[in-house]
Amino acid sequence: MAHSGINVLFEGTNFARLMGGLWTAVWIAAISLIIGLALGTILGMLRTLHNRVIRFILLMYLEFFRIVPTVVLLFLAYYILPRQFNVNWPATWMAVLAFSLWVSAEFSDIVRGALESIPVHQRESGLALGLNQWQLFRYVLLPQAIRLELPATINLATRVIKTTSLLLMISIMDVINVGQQIIEANNQNYPTGVFWVYGLIFILYFIIDYPLSRWAKHLTAKQKY
Amino acid sequence: MNWTVIQQSLPEFAQGFKLTLWLSFVGIIGAIIVGIISSLSQYFRVPVVGKIVGAYVEIARNTPLLIQLFFLYYAFPVMGIKMAAQTCGIIGLIFLGGAYMAEGFTGGFNGVSKSQLDSGRALGMSDFQLARYIVFPQGFALSMPALAANIIFLIKETSIFSVIAIPELTNTALDLIGMYYQSNEYLFVLVVAYAIILIPLIVFLTWLERRVRYGTFGD
Amino acid sequence: MAEEILKVEHLDKYYGDWQALHDINFSINKGEVVTLLGPSGSGKSTLIRTLNGLESYRKGTIYFQGKKVDPNPKEWQALRQKIGMVFQSYDLFPNLTVMDNILLAPTKVQGRDKEEVRKEALALLDRVELRKHADSYPRQLSGGQKQRIAIVRALAMHPELMLFDEVTASLDPEMVRGVLKIIKELSDQDHMTMIIVTHEMNFAAKIADKVLFLEKGKILEETPGKQFFDHPQTDRAAEFLNSMDF
Ligand SMILES: Nc1ncnc2c1ncn2[C@@H]1O[C@H](COP(=O)(O)OP(=O)(O)O)[C@@H](O)[C@H]1O
Ligand SMILES: [Mg+2]
Repeated sequence: MAHSGINVLFEGTNFARLMGGLWTAVWIAAISLIIGLALGTILGMLRTLHNRVIRFILLMYLEFFRIVPTVVLLFLAYYILPRQFNVNWPATWMAVLAFSLWVSAEFSDIVRGALESIPVHQRESGLALGLNQWQLFRYVLLPQAIRLELPATINLATRVIKTTSLLLMISIMDVINVGQQIIEANNQNYPTGVFWVYGLIFILYFIIDYPLSRWAKHLTAKQKY
Repeated sequence: MNWTVIQQSLPEFAQGFKLTLWLSFVGIIGAIIVGIISSLSQYFRVPVVGKIVGAYVEIARNTPLLIQLFFLYYAFPVMGIKMAAQTCGIIGLIFLGGAYMAEGFTGGFNGVSKSQLDSGRALGMSDFQLARYIVFPQGFALSMPALAANIIFLIKETSIFSVIAIPELTNTALDLIGMYYQSNEYLFVLVVAYAIILIPLIVFLTWLERRVRYGTFGD
Repeated sequence: MAEEILKVEHLDKYYGDWQALHDINFSINKGEVVTLLGPSGSGKSTLIRTLNGLESYRKGTIYFQGKKVDPNPKEWQALRQKIGMVFQSYDLFPNLTVMDNILLAPTKVQGRDKEEVRKEALALLDRVELRKHADSYPRQLSGGQKQRIAIVRALAMHPELMLFDEVTASLDPEMVRGVLKIIKELSDQDHMTMIIVTHEMNFAAKIADKVLFLEKGKILEETPGKQFFDHPQTDRAAEFLNSMDF
């Protein structure tokens, strides 16, 4: 009788390797989010300025990322940077670059929306108290904006995490790529291994993303009332 | 940038272009149908079905399309279900998109004000008539922004079909890069191709959104 | 003896654990007008909504045209075809023209002939002086016009009883009169049976055959209309009338 397929997960170091792959995906997502949110905050603030040129350029920047699928972004970074600019980073950093820019574009729109939805009188009463522009941002607008933008930010994070599934396309040893190798190596002994390996990865993604999206929903519901 | 290379690749990109459009079209129509049925069953709290749909929506929304496709394409055959790559792609897109559409429609249906429902009830309407004449038309208008965003999102997601070797746009570009190594040119055509699909569509959907909103609520 | 349209016996209504209506008893005969008065939050809306099944109740009995109402959704749905209701917020269907708003329920719910209902609708629109707006959308109308259409929409169902819940409360003062005039005509010319919640005391004094004065979910007094305004039986009602200074 063939071995029960589920044991493929525990053969040798398989499980540890899958977790290692997951870790790669997680840190790429985490670093991209940190960089992307920081950059996106700045871009979002710039988009509320009255300078038309800046606003137009940043809008084009956003639209570019709205139109180009993330897979294609990864390939753009992966092929263009080394060949065109002689940047020979490892693929993981290419991925971080592509994801960070993408996150910054999406987040800039979230920040802009949140800042613009803060009532004008908040700004005015801040100025009336003698705050300067920076203090106004720092103490009045930003704290309120963060509260407003939190659900959308969490949703963006869940999307970035799901998008790490694409990393194997530029040969990064993420959890799916490791999974593929395990499936191939064990095909003889565990013909149903494919089911269990992809099943596990499916569940892993769900375990990470589900609580986050529940949290975002909960926050949104709370803001409505 | 070598224009001859670009020119020579155009027939192949045209094939990929058509396939991307076709798969998107079928997938989106399917997703809208699944989404409407799912969200109505949740809205009216249909026993059992409503709960199952709730679980489906959470599972589909919180897992990546790529792994959903791998499951359909590589794991299902182990269980004796073998499907062509394109079939897997369409099913995957409908599975994912149906959940996103369901969320969008549910948001719209829940946005229909309670007082509208009350006045429908006060006129003696049944639950079905409330759905047909009040919840559906008004909720649909309210879900237009989500619907538009989902349509754009799903078209972009078809790029992931390239992992199961469906020769849509992205796969076409990757194949060409693999064969001729002209990545700048092929990626350029690829981005332009997505822009040709998405920019007019975004403009159209924005216009449609306004029209439906005005036609329904007059603002 | 006059025909009894509606009778309520020992009705208790709860929102969760909190009791909103306490032991409500009253009845209304054919052609009678009852006005429901009382301070804000006293339970007027709750009571009037309970009378056509928009709110459920825990204890008590409602009789409609002498028949005990079995409070299940199907029965209420059937009864609502005989009980018209107009709300403060008008709630015309924004996606339908005025005419389609009026036609919807008679044709789809009652299955009546569209052309016949249309003729009737036009006559009703004439009565409220809005015939020229038959093909307008609600967004093109003023608040007062919308409320008149909402009344027509309810009348097109041929109700035995009409419920009005503060139908003039969100209207500009100059719009109020037109709406009240229509309700008055319904009483004088059509002898429509009506239960009216209103804050327009002059209007209530003119139209009410009977006043129910509510406070904290209880009927404090039930008094013939004229008498209530001249000599209310309870101090609370007297205070209330003074506070409304009309
Ligand atoms: N859906 C509801 N859930 C809980 N409490 C309610 C609800 N509707 C009304 N109430 C409460 O019931 C009381 C009576 O309200 P209402 O009938 O609207 O009064 P009125 O119409 O006389 O102003 C109020 O205290 C109100 O807060
Ligand atoms: Mg009220």
